[in-house]
Amino acid sequence: MFLNDDFVRRMRRNGMAMAGLGIVVVLFCVAIFANQLSPYPPSHIDTTNILAPPTWSHPLGTDVLGRDVLSRMIHGAGVSLSVGFVAVGISTLIGMILGAVSGYYGGLMDRIVMRFVDVMLCFPSFFLILAVIAFVGPSIWNIMIVIGVTSWMGVARLVRAEFLSIRERDFVQAAISQGARDGRIIFLHILPNALAPVLVAATLGIASAVLIESGLSFLGIGVQPPDPSWGNMLTEGKDNIEIAWWLSVYPGMAILTTVMGYNMLGEGIRDSLDPRLRR
Amino acid sequence: MRFLIKRIALMIPTLIGITIISFAVMKMAPGDPTSLMTDLNPNMNEEAVKRIRAHYGLDQPWHVQYIKWLGNMVALDFGKSFAADNRPVLDKISERIPITILINILSLILIFSVSIPIGVFSAVKQDSLFDRVSSLIVFIGFAVPTFWLALLLMILFGVKLDWLPISGFRSLNYSYLTPLGQILDISKHLVLPIFVSAFGGLAGMSRYMRSNMLEVIRQDYITTARAKGLDERTVIFKHALRNALLPLITILGLSVPGLIGGSVIFETIFAIPGMGQLFYQSVMMRDYPTIMGILVIGAALTLFGNLLADLLYSWADPRIRVSD
Repeated sequence: MFLNDDFVRRMRRNGMAMAGLGIVVVLFCVAIFANQLSPYPPSHIDTTNILAPPTWSHPLGTDVLGRDVLSRMIHGAGVSLSVGFVAVGISTLIGMILGAVSGYYGGLMDRIVMRFVDVMLCFPSFFLILAVIAFVGPSIWNIMIVIGVTSWMGVARLVRAEFLSIRERDFVQAAISQGARDGRIIFLHILPNALAPVLVAATLGIASAVLIESGLSFLGIGVQPPDPSWGNMLTEGKDNIEIAWWLSVYPGMAILTTVMGYNMLGEGIRDSLDPRLRR
Repeated sequence: MRFLIKRIALMIPTLIGITIISFAVMKMAPGDPTSLMTDLNPNMNEEAVKRIRAHYGLDQPWHVQYIKWLGNMVALDFGKSFAADNRPVLDKISERIPITILINILSLILIFSVSIPIGVFSAVKQDSLFDRVSSLIVFIGFAVPTFWLALLLMILFGVKLDWLPISGFRSLNYSYLTPLGQILDISKHLVLPIFVSAFGGLAGMSRYMRSNMLEVIRQDYITTARAKGLDERTVIFKHALRNALLPLITILGLSVPGLIGGSVIFETIFAIPGMGQLFYQSVMMRDYPTIMGILVIGAALTLFGNLLADLLYSWADPRIRVSD
């Protein structure tokens, strides 16, 4: 496996990776302890304090219903993390299966799968996602699934390339000549050696899933109010852009930090896995 | 010419794949299009529902339906919009495409004219202050949600400074302006949308250009050029830059779907009447024929962009034509 001592040592010395990991860990804690951390319940309406600018009692201000922006942002962290993880879990699974089949069996199977990848890549992904949501209706589960089934193509190509090269290595050829079954070769011999680039792609994939979710929620086709998500908080920001800047500024910073955290972690993992790839 | 024909022939299976996936998306809808007119109609009985379904061919097996639908797509017949205006989908789309394409082309020009110099200078002066600062900005740029950037720019330039309009494609008094005034008016409206739609590409392209250039500079022919005693300027701009630019053509083709998809977000935010906004509106009111039309056209545009990039590449790099 790739998670050896060498990898851990390089990760520790990689400032970017550690900073990214730090951001991700903090976000997890915020999401888990959301109820303890937030000063108000996320849907607590206070009509005497509508659109109040940041003060000591409401550090990031309040929204059109007088709800505390900070509390809603803290509760939004869980939404964004769960969408990121589930969507990437789905896309990685699909990508690994199709990539493995395509790379291991080759031939007609490979041609069909790769053509499928080409076709999927032709759709502007945002168009495809919006179209499916229009047909199946917006909800947090639908978003996770739709983002997952529209973003597996990169992983499929990656896994296929790994399979093509690992398949030719001596230890795999030895297993084949001993008469090992396909399933055993795929799962036991090749897949573990192909996981490293998948881990990098998955980490970076979470970043882009978080971005897509926030975009969908911003357009009103993602997480539906009153559930707080950073994207739908920004919609309120847009509706009150002339009077309440704090509604637009802070939730966006949360998205930016999260996405940067995952990107830093992903690139850090890549550099630590293979220092020669570093640019 | 043979190259062109071969490329176009290769596109056909992909096009068929696009229509199959689009058709599958359409079939995902719970119920079918007729339920919109039958479910809440008290005069409906089972017999009438059956007749309506037969009228739209919905009682046929799915492959028959697909072939029929495909025939309509090939004839560019996307049906009539479910929206109140009930106009043909093709008309609605074709009047909105020019704005979207105009903005996308302008933002591509912006992307290339800014990111190429940044990438080249970062690579030539690797690890300099400029390189470090621009790499940091690029890294942040990857993580900025474009719609948030749009909001921030609207607050800054539209609300606080009041320099630029924050929505629409032209002002209310547009038709009373002089021709020059009209051009000025449209350009003022387009500054923010173009910047926002270019932003994501700027980060990606600068980074890509930097790594291309770094790779090219290490090649033997660059060392040869230097050894010949050519001055650094000629080496960088004549020998290295040309070769580093080649792969950008492929990226140009690959960035088309992202740009078209992104138009949904910035056209909606800035209220620009393009294809992206039409798509958003159609999604919001479940105007299925328009959604399907735009989905298919969007994918076809991407395919066309890829073809264009392929042709451009074969023109710029004769090696491709020979080896293919």
